[in-house]
Amino acid sequence: MSETVLKAGTADQQYQPSYLEMETKHKGILAWILATDHKRIAQLYFFSMMIMFLIGALIGVLIRIELMAPGRTIMDAQTYNGFFTLHGIIMIFMFVIPGLPAVFGNFVMPIMIGAKDVAFPRVNLLSWYLYVIGGLIVLTSQFVGSGPPDGGWTFYAPYSVKSAANIGMAAMGAFFLGFSSILTGLNFLVTIHRMRAPGMDWFKMPLFVWALYATGWIQILATPVVGITLVLVVFERVFQLGFFDPAFGGDPILYQHLFWIYSHPAVYIMILPAMGAISEIIPTFAQRTIFGYKAIVVSSLLIAFVGYFVWGHHMYTSGMSDTAKWVFSFITFLVAIPSAIKVFNWVATLYKGSIDIQPPLLYAVSFMFTFMIGGFTGLIIGAVAQDIHLHDTTFIVGHFHYIVFGGTGFAFFGALHYWYPKMYGRMYNIKLANIAWGLFFFGFNVLYFPMFVAGYMGMPRRYFDYLPEFYIPNLISTMGSWFLYAGIILMIYNLVKSRKTGAIAPANPWNGVTLEWSIQSPPTYENFDEIPVVKDGPYKFK
Amino acid sequence: MSDHSTTQSHGLVHRDDEGSKLGMWLFIFTEILLFGALFLVYSVYRFKNQDAFHAAALNLDTVIGTINTVILIVSSATIAMSISALQQKNKKLAITLMVITLVLAFSFLVNKYFEWGAKFHHGLYPGAEHLISLGSGQNQFFFLYFFMTGLHAFHVIVGMGFIIFVMRQVMRDELTYNNYTRLENAGLYWHLVDLIWIYLFPLFYLIH
Amino acid sequence: MSHDTHEEVHITPYKTYYIILGLLLVLTAITVGVTLIHLGTFSVAVALFVATIKGSLVLLYFMHLKFDNKLFLALVAIVFAVYTAVIAITFIDYLSR
Ligand code: HEM
Ligand SMILES: [Cu+2]
Repeated sequence: MSETVLKAGTADQQYQPSYLEMETKHKGILAWILATDHKRIAQLYFFSMMIMFLIGALIGVLIRIELMAPGRTIMDAQTYNGFFTLHGIIMIFMFVIPGLPAVFGNFVMPIMIGAKDVAFPRVNLLSWYLYVIGGLIVLTSQFVGSGPPDGGWTFYAPYSVKSAANIGMAAMGAFFLGFSSILTGLNFLVTIHRMRAPGMDWFKMPLFVWALYATGWIQILATPVVGITLVLVVFERVFQLGFFDPAFGGDPILYQHLFWIYSHPAVYIMILPAMGAISEIIPTFAQRTIFGYKAIVVSSLLIAFVGYFVWGHHMYTSGMSDTAKWVFSFITFLVAIPSAIKVFNWVATLYKGSIDIQPPLLYAVSFMFTFMIGGFTGLIIGAVAQDIHLHDTTFIVGHFHYIVFGGTGFAFFGALHYWYPKMYGRMYNIKLANIAWGLFFFGFNVLYFPMFVAGYMGMPRRYFDYLPEFYIPNLISTMGSWFLYAGIILMIYNLVKSRKTGAIAPANPWNGVTLEWSIQSPPTYENFDEIPVVKDGPYKFK
Repeated sequence: MSDHSTTQSHGLVHRDDEGSKLGMWLFIFTEILLFGALFLVYSVYRFKNQDAFHAAALNLDTVIGTINTVILIVSSATIAMSISALQQKNKKLAITLMVITLVLAFSFLVNKYFEWGAKFHHGLYPGAEHLISLGSGQNQFFFLYFFMTGLHAFHVIVGMGFIIFVMRQVMRDELTYNNYTRLENAGLYWHLVDLIWIYLFPLFYLIH
Repeated sequence: MSHDTHEEVHITPYKTYYIILGLLLVLTAITVGVTLIHLGTFSVAVALFVATIKGSLVLLYFMHLKFDNKLFLALVAIVFAVYTAVIAITFIDYLSR
């Protein structure tokens, strides 16, 4: 009882059993894996995703150790091929794509719009199952059949069609993961359209919700394209078809078109929710209304829309026509504009704010730093002439890690530190969290910055060996990965430990003003006793 | 709408018909893009192999294709009418129309079966020596033909399952004149199957 | 809840369906018919044009876009526009190789 009294309700309410403790039809583990509550499903995603992330990160560190010095260091070439393929598939399809929507979108989005759950709670659970099935298929593909899949997460034909390795199975796994992503997007779109509380107009929605809305559209319109493309690859391997096999007049470049028609929009599936989370964190820790709310909304929608038409910048060296190259290059430059608008808005929000430096803000600011480096290098390789030199070098690896990991990854952990007290009703150790962030951020830059240098010198990516002249940047890079991993472990240790022993968190530890801070921590089963009536737009700080 | 007792269980205060219809439409969009990607593959290969596609299409049976087109169009009309029937509280007519739809769908599949059978008989299947001897363009045509009509047939089967599912609910009065969105959704799905066929038909059967 | 379900219920009369069904059958006859005349490169265009009319009839009447919430109509239009743009951009490559 005393525990309960200690826990903080909101000012005018008694603490009620939260979604973590509530009575359910099923008991034990079943109460979780059969849950339809959006917050429980968010937890299911969170745990499965963290497991995958840690596996993926570990493989990443092993890859780095192999590259620490020229020649064979700890593994042979084929193992290396399998490792970078698995690393890519896990990180892209199981961490950054579901990433923020499945965990934080599920947890806070319904609360932010004043709803009790998502529109289709059982479909929501189904999409978690599809995620798990897809993940298990990919992991199984490592151990059965004719050897771990190789050739990269891109499944480029004709290699993916011809390789003896177990690529078909991995592609099927990715298909399931895509299906899961589609259902999440569909669910969120209907929820946002139909379940907003009275008074919650479109332009009163928090920016994270807007970001999820734009993302939802990409999820449902782009994912089917890669889904069916992977099925074509599988059919080509299993039956005697030859869609992408030049021997049958198939066109491997068409495979690349289809793949990137999905996979460039997919980078916006990764980054838009991240930008949304940053747009929540920054106003709260500056205690200042977001600068240019509508500009951020419109830029999210523009990014989603224009991002659909730039896929060809991945194919400058593949044999596309010259006309196509400059068209794609031109549109690629256009899409940088809305992203830049957002950065200006965040900076302007911080300017003259009453800034409170807490772990979530540290992650948010480092997001801005790394995202900008990623974005600028994106412009460099968006120009055809330079990309011809840089394509398939480690410069590309640097670029997309700065965007995907430095962007989405940092936003993910920033969001985690921001909403952690809401999710568990406990506070983590702030000092430890700051140290972990420091290691993480330092390690990150030491790990990836040298890749730009090595790439500029001409070091190709996806090789387990390299010429001696690339030794120094690689050595530095590998050492960076250790700091990074140490930071991650420390962060996880802190969060896991605080889950049981941290100080009880109040309902609104950061003085946030979006709806999730108006209810108790952790929230009750249906979030609100009474559906709130919304009068003001978001981010009205006193 | 009435019926508050069942909705307390999870979050929703109201049954949201408009919401479930929106959900169905979004799902249909994903299907459109799924087939859309295949139509893109089709257009590229047709563009690159115009003559071969024409020659290959001569092997398809326009008569069966036309019959199947008519079948799907009529079945699309019958499922649409069954919604009107249910709305007008004519449960019996609604069910009859659904049964007709299912019978038509089944006959579509039977025709498909014989059509594919004939192709296999004539050595026009992927990997067959005869087909390989016809050159790469014709091979691409038949890869696409089998893959796309096969995937479409798969959707016919799923659509039939969906209709059977809602038909049972209509029989048990779980769907009624003021609660028919699930029937509408099954109908939408069935029309999608029709819509895709409307494009498949001229692109495969009518290029002479 | 702020949004109400089905303010007025629209019941499409059977007659509408008969008319649309008739039109679809006629259009089918037309597409099959034109393949008998040789139109050269136009035949693809004609086939796609007729198919698009048929598709629009199915969408508007059978799928109720004409009577339902206009949001659905707008979304369908956007989806087809995006899809068409994707095809067009892909063909920038193939047409200029
Ligand atoms: C916004 C988030 C972004 C993410 C998540 C992202 C992710 C990626 C990834 C994963 C690749 C590697 C493809 C491969 O395996 O070869 C890549 C390549 C590329 N990115 Fe980005 N990117 C983002 C933004 C941008 C921006 C803003 C630009 C330019 C304005 C850009 C331009 C490019 C180009 C041109 C390539 C192709 C390089 C090559 O293959 O040679 N990207 N990106
Ligand atoms: Cu891209």
